[in-house]
Amino acid sequence: MEPILEVKDLKKHFPEVKAVDGISFSIEPGICFGLLGPNGAGKTTAIEVIEGILRPTAGEIFYKGGRRGSTFKNEVGIQFQNTELPQFLTVKETLLTFRNLYDRAADMDYLITTCRLEEILTRDNRKISGGQKQRLLLAMALANDPELIFLDEPTTGLDPQARRHLWEIVRQIKSQKKTIVLTTHYMEEAEILCDRIGIIDNGRIIAMGSPRGLLEEHCAGATITINLDLDDGLLKSFPCQWFRKEGRIEIQTQAVNECLRRLVTLGIDLSTMNVRMQNLEDLFLKLTGHELRA
Amino acid sequence: MFKRILTLFKARNLEFMRDRSAVAWNILFPILVIVGFSLIFSDERQILYKVGIVGPRTAVSPASEAQLNSFIKTKYIDFIRFRSVPEAMPKLLHHRIDLLINTGTGTFWNSKTSPKGYIAERLLKASAVTPVAGFSKESVTGVEVPYIEWLFPGILGMNIMFSALFGVGYVVVTYRKNGVLKRLSVTPLRPWEFLTAQILSRMYLLLVTTAIVFVGCAIIYGFQVRGSYLTLFLVFCLGGFSMISLSLVVAARSSSEEFAGGILNLITWPMMFLSEVWFSLEGAHPWVLKVSRFFPLTQMIDAARKIMNDGAGLREVQSQLFILALMSLIFLITGSKLFTWHKQ
Repeated sequence: MEPILEVKDLKKHFPEVKAVDGISFSIEPGICFGLLGPNGAGKTTAIEVIEGILRPTAGEIFYKGGRRGSTFKNEVGIQFQNTELPQFLTVKETLLTFRNLYDRAADMDYLITTCRLEEILTRDNRKISGGQKQRLLLAMALANDPELIFLDEPTTGLDPQARRHLWEIVRQIKSQKKTIVLTTHYMEEAEILCDRIGIIDNGRIIAMGSPRGLLEEHCAGATITINLDLDDGLLKSFPCQWFRKEGRIEIQTQAVNECLRRLVTLGIDLSTMNVRMQNLEDLFLKLTGHELRA
Repeated sequence: MFKRILTLFKARNLEFMRDRSAVAWNILFPILVIVGFSLIFSDERQILYKVGIVGPRTAVSPASEAQLNSFIKTKYIDFIRFRSVPEAMPKLLHHRIDLLINTGTGTFWNSKTSPKGYIAERLLKASAVTPVAGFSKESVTGVEVPYIEWLFPGILGMNIMFSALFGVGYVVVTYRKNGVLKRLSVTPLRPWEFLTAQILSRMYLLLVTTAIVFVGCAIIYGFQVRGSYLTLFLVFCLGGFSMISLSLVVAARSSSEEFAGGILNLITWPMMFLSEVWFSLEGAHPWVLKVSRFFPLTQMIDAARKIMNDGAGLREVQSQLFILALMSLIFLITGSKLFTWHKQ
């Protein structure tokens, strides 16, 4: 199947920083592709270059097999990380305004019900909550019934409940076979919503694949967490990969039993120990040596 | 294309109409200025000079008495009695009065640094002189324009200037700062469509508010427009358009409200003082007059006064209309070329 979006060796360099330093990926229609990385990794810059807001330093971007033409803006939906809404307009007026800017418009009732805006339609934009604002911004991104939707950190700053509400809406949109490009630094969000992810750090994609595939490939084992600030010397010759993280020690291993035996041999107190399956956060730590939410 | 322009036109109008402070500023401010000035100038005893008098009712000598009686009959001078020289002298030194006369001693004082004191002295001295044959007085012919009627086009012009420059320039900069422009930039909306909607919306609001102020003041004060209303409408349209275009130049790139506000003040204040809003520049230094001709406000007020006060027609104001159209074109092209959606 022809990719709906293809990015080849994309670079965006600023005078003092290489924000995006040669990333490539392609996205098949109907999937949710996630760019996962910490703040400052280059996610937003990459997505803004693809959206056409920033000019690339180098590289190529193809939409439906060709260059992004005049129809690109009409066919894609975009939600920015931070956008203020026009003041003195109601939610409904704002949505109608943006809907009227496109040649093709989504059904108003569909937008309202999908993004759950029924109760705030007549409310002034200045009087809606953070979660309601994100839902309105999402509805604005869907105003032209787009085939490809860019969501830049849509849940950043939301409380857990509002975040889960937004995830449900994104899942609903996904079920309509629309293609979604999502940036996030929430591992859980990427695992729940994305079919494929690209892990980005320092402007480069360091791993790409399905969340499950990546975990199977790189993190087949478990993570042992010991809530103790152990001395480096004690773990110097320890056979497993370990990291110091917020005053505790995290050990990544596929040989859990052997690892536990060695810890007992070293005389380490294991009463605060926790063992769990590895996740994308562990993967990021393993690949980069630093935390995802740094 | 038209749907997008109309959509933004409606949205901007809604924003304006719901912003009560903006509506109040645009409608109430000029009315308050007119009311204030009319109160000041409706007083028939328009006081130009204040003269303090101490001493007895009758002057020290017959000559002084005759001079004082003649002086007291002078119009537009307020004579204020004081009990003693020590009481009155501080008033003179602080320019609260322009001249102080002591009828008991036949002496007077004025401040050397006060221009009004100088004129008051000349008037006092002239009161003692018997008229001699020289210039002969003749009656003024033609329609005399009351000051308020002369002022009115200036106030309307000033209001249009503030509304156009701040109403568009400031709004565009705020849109850019808070990301609304960035959000619009990823829709199919083209820059010229956005700018056209802003211009049309402000023109509409500006003409409506000007019409409200005009009708309100006309009802209260019975202003006369001696020329054509249609020509006057054309003058206000082109004047407003030129200043909206000027504001687009200011707002083309900045995302700082403080910077834009400073630049807008830098433009509006000289225009307000050098475009004859409040007073005539007759007799001002030639370079001041030359500079003032480059201001769209000068051209607009000049044309509006010719129509409203002198009954001028389209032909008499065609040079002002041409200059306003030319300025609009230059500002519009510059503003459009410089315009950017995003923060620099």
